[in-house]
This record gives sequence, structure tokens and C-alpha cells, in this order.
Amino acid sequence: MEQASVISPEITFEHHQETSSFKKRVIKTTIILSIITLIELALGFTIYLLHKGATPPSYSLVLFLKGVICILTMLKAYYIVSVFMHLGDELKRFIVAIILPMLLFVWFIIAFLWDGSSYRNLNNTYNKYFYETTMPGKQTIEKAVPLEPAGKQ
Amino acid sequence: MDQSTALSSKGINWWGGGKSPFNLEYGKLMMWFFLVSDAFTFGGFLISYGTVRFSQNYWPDPSVVFNAFPFAGHANLPLAFVSVMTFVLILSSVTMVLAVHAGHNRNQKEVEKWLIWTIIGGLFFLGCQAWEWNHLYFGEHPTVVSGHIELIGQATNINPWGELVQGKALTDALNNTSINTLASVVSENHLSDMSHAQLLASQKSELVNMIANSNIHIRETGPVAFGGFFFGITGFHGFHVFSGIIINIIMLLMTRANVFERRGHYLMIEKAGLYWHFVDLVWVFVFMAFYLV
Repeated sequence: MEQASVISPEITFEHHQETSSFKKRVIKTTIILSIITLIELALGFTIYLLHKGATPPSYSLVLFLKGVICILTMLKAYYIVSVFMHLGDELKRFIVAIILPMLLFVWFIIAFLWDGSSYRNLNNTYNKYFYETTMPGKQTIEKAVPLEPAGKQ
Repeated sequence: MDQSTALSSKGINWWGGGKSPFNLEYGKLMMWFFLVSDAFTFGGFLISYGTVRFSQNYWPDPSVVFNAFPFAGHANLPLAFVSVMTFVLILSSVTMVLAVHAGHNRNQKEVEKWLIWTIIGGLFFLGCQAWEWNHLYFGEHPTVVSGHIELIGQATNINPWGELVQGKALTDALNNTSINTLASVVSENHLSDMSHAQLLASQKSELVNMIANSNIHIRETGPVAFGGFFFGITGFHGFHVFSGIIINIIMLLMTRANVFERRGHYLMIEKAGLYWHFVDLVWVFVFMAFYLV
């Protein structure tokens, strides 16, 4: 399917996708993206229901669900970039040229989230005011709703 | 890479000059490099949001913050509206792919048709975002501010989604609140059949009782950073959607004016398409960071 390029002499070959196979690929990708989004929404809703429950949810369970959502998001990003943006169809050296700089994000995310978390831990240890005013469940020990509020004459 | 491409790329002296080693023409290559830099801009914003979130003991639950739907009143519908927005953007990405493909086939009518659908999708998304911003900024929530209750919205200097206030703390806050505010809370939440004027004339203790015995949620103020990050990042994304729509409108006008037909190729549509897909790609991450986790 090699064709002489009308676009520019810099381009050695264009590859052309047949309309039928292209349509199939687009429909398949759309369905995959929609299903992943629905799963993400279901997980988000699950986290909401867990928080709504009578007892506070297990920290590690919520973290696990959020981790799954992040992985599914990466999967969606892969399909958008690879199929919709056609990066998967480019020469391998170009794919590398685009993806390699993105690896900086691995350091970027780990370093900065670690930094935020460390700030919180130090504050909770050495700053009692921060701990007492912001730690959930620390201020309201009394949970009963008053039937006879003060101030009634 | 499909088989034919793999075969045809063999035996070519890619680095000998005269041809692009990436087999891409200049404009498309530069669009990719711009998108890489834009990815780092958005990444920097989202990661700074993450850093601040990780430094806090408490952060509002997105399902509590984003639970409204147009024309649904006070109904609690977490995640519903944002899922509409997400699907609209995914679908507009699909119509853009179809426009690019029609351009490959040099089918002018199809290019125009799919570009128009893409523009409509983008405008619909922006409309949704405008509604959501308006709802967040002007929606009033009873919040305990320095010992009494105030009706506040989500701005960049205050956040009404702290922890729930209950028990004695709530009683004290209700007693410290003006009759005016109490009457507004009662009538807004339909806790009484009385009109707002009648409520204003009634005893403060009655109003306090109505609220204390209801199950409406009264919260403390939450982390201030929430508003700045939300409006800042979704605003920056919304600006990208806006400029994407402008670019697509220009593409549509150029297609109509036979510019690409005369040029012999529709490569401009591909570059606009790359930008538009990037906007969709960023939304995938904004959607995750603000609405899901």
C-alpha cells in the first residue's frame, strides 16, 4: 500500500487504511473506551457508597479501588494516543521520541506525592493544632442530634 | 505498524538527508512536540494538586461535591453529570477521527459533516462546564464559619465541603446563626410549609429545632486549595476545548473554501485532530483526579 506522497518530499511513504477495517477499529476502540469509563464510574460510585456506610471504610480497600481507577485511566490514555492519535501507526523511533520524555512523569509523580505525604506526616507529628483541627473524627466526639436545643426560652 | 509499512521501511537510508527520519512532515511533528510540552504543563498542574491533597488529613469526597444534575433540583446524583460530559468528549473524539479519515479519502462532504459534529460536541461540553461552574460558585451551602452558619458557595478562597458538623457543635452553631440565615436554610430544604416571610417572623428556637431534627448536612469549611485547583485546572482544560473549537471552525471554513482540495491533501485536519484528541486525553486525567479518586 505504498504510495508516493503528495504532502511533502520529506515523507517517504503514506500508509492508507481501508475504510472497512478503519471503521471496525474505530468502533472497537469507542466501545473499549466506553466500557472502561463505565467501570471507572462504577468503582467511583462504590467508593461513594463505602464512605456513606455506617462504619468508615477500610483505608486499604479504598486505596486499592482508587489504584484500579488510575490503571484504567492509563489504559484509556493508551487507546486514545495509540488509535485515535495514530501514534501506534508511526515509525518505532518516533513512538520512542514521544514516549521516552513521558517517563519523566514516573519520577515527577512519585517525588511530589511523597513530598506532600511527608509534609502531612511531619505536621501530624509535630503540629498538634494541625492534627486536632484537620484529622477526621477528632472534633466531634458527640454524635447525637439534639432534640431540645439550648436557647429555647 | 502494519506489515506493508514494516517492509517498505527496510532498505531506506533514513538518516541520509532529504527525508524526515520520522516519516512525518514538519507541521505534524511540531504539533506532536507541542503536545508533549502541553502534557507537562497539565501534568505539573495535576501533580501539584496531588501534592497538596497528599499533605492534607481531610479532602472533600468528589461524590459529595459533584452530585447535581441540570433540572434535577436537589436530587443527589453523584457522578451522573460528569459522566455525560465524559461521553460527550469521547464521542466528539470519535467524530474527529472520522473527519481525519474522510480527509485521507479526500471526501470533502464527509470532512465537513464530521467536523460540524465535532464542533457541536465541543460546544456541548463547554456548555456543561459552564453550568457546573455556575452551580458550584453560586450554589449556597449551609456551612459553619467561625462558630455560626453561613450560606456559602465554592470559591477560590473558601470551601463549603468540610466534615459534617453534628451534636453539640451543631446546636451551638445553630444558636449563633441569624434568623435570616436559618429561615433561608429551612425554606431552601423544604423543612417547613411556612413561607419565607412567616419563617422570618417565627421564634429562633423553632427554626433551630427544624434544622437540628432534619437530616440535612451541615459541614465545616474544607481545604481552601480545592477551589483554586478545581477552577484552575478545569478552566485551563476548558480553554483548550475552546481553542480546539476555534481551530475546528477554521478547519471547517477552510474545507468549505476548497483550500485543502486545491492543496491536494487534508493534512491540516490531521493536525487539528491531534490537538482535539489531546484535549480528550487530558480530560481523561482531569476526570480521574477530580471526580473519581
